[in-house]
Amino acid sequence: MSKFKKKKSGDLPAISTASLPDIVFMLLFFFMVATVMRDSTLMVVNVLPAADQIQKLDKKDRVMYIYAGKPSSRYQDKYGTSAKIQLNDKFASVTEVGAFILAERAAKRQELQNVLTTSLKVDGDTKMGLITDIKQELRKVNALKINYTTRVGDFSQNVE
Amino acid sequence: MAKRSAPEVNAGSMADIAFLLLIFFLVTTTIETDSGLNRKLPPMEDQIDPPIIKQKNILTVVVNKNNQLLVEEKLLQIEDLRSTAVEFLDNGGGQGEEACNFCKGKKDPASSDNPEKAIISLKNDRETSYKVYIAVQNELVAAYNELRNREFLRLNPTLGMDFVQANAKYSDPRTSEDTRDELRPKLDVVKAMYPQKLSEAEPSKTS
Repeated sequence: MSKFKKKKSGDLPAISTASLPDIVFMLLFFFMVATVMRDSTLMVVNVLPAADQIQKLDKKDRVMYIYAGKPSSRYQDKYGTSAKIQLNDKFASVTEVGAFILAERAAKRQELQNVLTTSLKVDGDTKMGLITDIKQELRKVNALKINYTTRVGDFSQNVE
Repeated sequence: MAKRSAPEVNAGSMADIAFLLLIFFLVTTTIETDSGLNRKLPPMEDQIDPPIIKQKNILTVVVNKNNQLLVEEKLLQIEDLRSTAVEFLDNGGGQGEEACNFCKGKKDPASSDNPEKAIISLKNDRETSYKVYIAVQNELVAAYNELRNREFLRLNPTLGMDFVQANAKYSDPRTSEDTRDELRPKLDVVKAMYPQKLSEAEPSKTS
């Protein structure tokens, strides 16, 4: 009889954590693959306007970014509050846009140089004058494919 | 010599290391891809004599410095811009050779002849807000998309998607080459029916 007596224990058996590393690794690999590092820190206020007739931007390596907007609050005492252009990590004037595009284009691979898009990430409250100037500069260096980067939303959010 | 077995490596801290990495990538991740309105700028060249375009084939859209919208010199709400643009593009008032056989518009002789000739001219002031400009651009693109969707569905009723979806599929890098070859002519036909003729005024050189 005693041979079949079950060992009775009151407390629950401990949950095995042996598979925990596997689970964590799985998540880790997912985020590693999905990660896109932010390559430049924003120095301007960048609330994009809303639009709903949008198309996805091309792959990251075919896009050049131009930011514009008011300097963010911690740069305001140094650079003022009027809208400025940000190229890479510093403020730039309109005349520097052309050189920036040419430098960016030269840094890309040969076969991509003709398919580059310029993404304009401009704050919604910027005046069109600045954007017209940027566009003229882009035309001068023959960077004609542009994308007004927006967030998804109804246009009425822009007019309030 | 006594045979010694290699001591087992303690893997207990593996989870900690993995967690550390996981948290790092969690923080640096930005998954969303950017999207926006694609435009093509006109190349910079001095046009010697611009082609003469009939006034009725041009829809003038002006956004002034107070962010007001003027269409054909009349004040208009942005909400009504889409329908106005659709009406203008789809008018098809041309006669004989210029007639448009797929337009469903009013055939008003005072408006555009056919979608191929219809041009929307967009002017903005330097003081116009970018938000409003994007809203106007968005509505004009929406008008074109609306018409293109209609014709795409009419020509390809079995495909089960409209122009915008087909175009998105075409530009998706994951779409196979065969599907693209199949879609390209269909898209081109509709694009030729309603070509996006959106002209923006040259900034005046004096101001």
